[in-house]
Amino acid sequence: MKKYSALLLMVLCNLSLFAQSGVEMATDLRSSGKIYVVALVLLTIFIGIGIYLIALDRRIKKLEKETKK
Amino acid sequence: MRKSWWKILGLCLIGGSIIAGLLGPVPRLPILNETIRNVYFHVPMWFAMFTLYLISVIYSIRYLNSNDIKNDFIAVEAVNTGIIFCFLGLLTGMQWANITWGEPWPNDPKTNGSAIATLMYLAYLVLRNALEEEQKRAKISAIYNIFAFPVMIVLMYILPKLTDSLHPGSGGNSTFGDIDMDNQMRPIFYSAVVGWILIGVWIASLRYRLRLIENTRNQID
Repeated sequence: MKKYSALLLMVLCNLSLFAQSGVEMATDLRSSGKIYVVALVLLTIFIGIGIYLIALDRRIKKLEKETKK
Repeated sequence: MRKSWWKILGLCLIGGSIIAGLLGPVPRLPILNETIRNVYFHVPMWFAMFTLYLISVIYSIRYLNSNDIKNDFIAVEAVNTGIIFCFLGLLTGMQWANITWGEPWPNDPKTNGSAIATLMYLAYLVLRNALEEEQKRAKISAIYNIFAFPVMIVLMYILPKLTDSLHPGSGGNSTFGDIDMDNQMRPIFYSAVVGWILIGVWIASLRYRLRLIENTRNQID
């Protein structure tokens, strides 16, 4: 979670910088042709799927316990 | 949690391969350009499918030996999950081929072979639904599965290597071991493969557990 809040902070910082100077700064998520943004998006999607799988696993575990009774 | 470390490992391996796969260094090759990174995402689909089909055929054999219906459940859910990865592999392959080979379906022997193999496994699932009686269904589909697996291997891995194919490893094209897979790519590629195999097995195990629950509920009712 710390990583994410740090990343979010970076994005926000960049946005405010952009607003103040009007010059696009090649820092953090804006560097290297903004490919980091794509990496972040894909990672977010994948983490979402992972959390979904974990939630499914837990629900099935619950059902297993109920049927065993 | 103590038994689910491999699930977390799978998630971490794929997460790592997404970051390293997009940001890491890759060889600069003509035509392929940046799409060489697709190796990290398209090829693991096929490895996951292959592993799931292998699990399925192992449990089909075990079913025939033991007559334990649980083995049949594992076999069918492994195929159910494997076919998802197969379709994902076909779709990503078509998107990739459209840009690098010029058309989405260039009548490549490997592409055609995997299409036929997909149809064979779809036939397996249809065959199962067509049979009413549980024992008979399990036995016939287990035998079908044992025949389908080697044919799938021949269609997807052996025949394309014998003729000219656009895929690596055949018709004079280099394979993963040679030029186009350089040593910087190798660890990322293998971690993606292992990660996707683990996730595939995880999804199959979830489906298997659901089927067990359904089965016991049906027996109680």
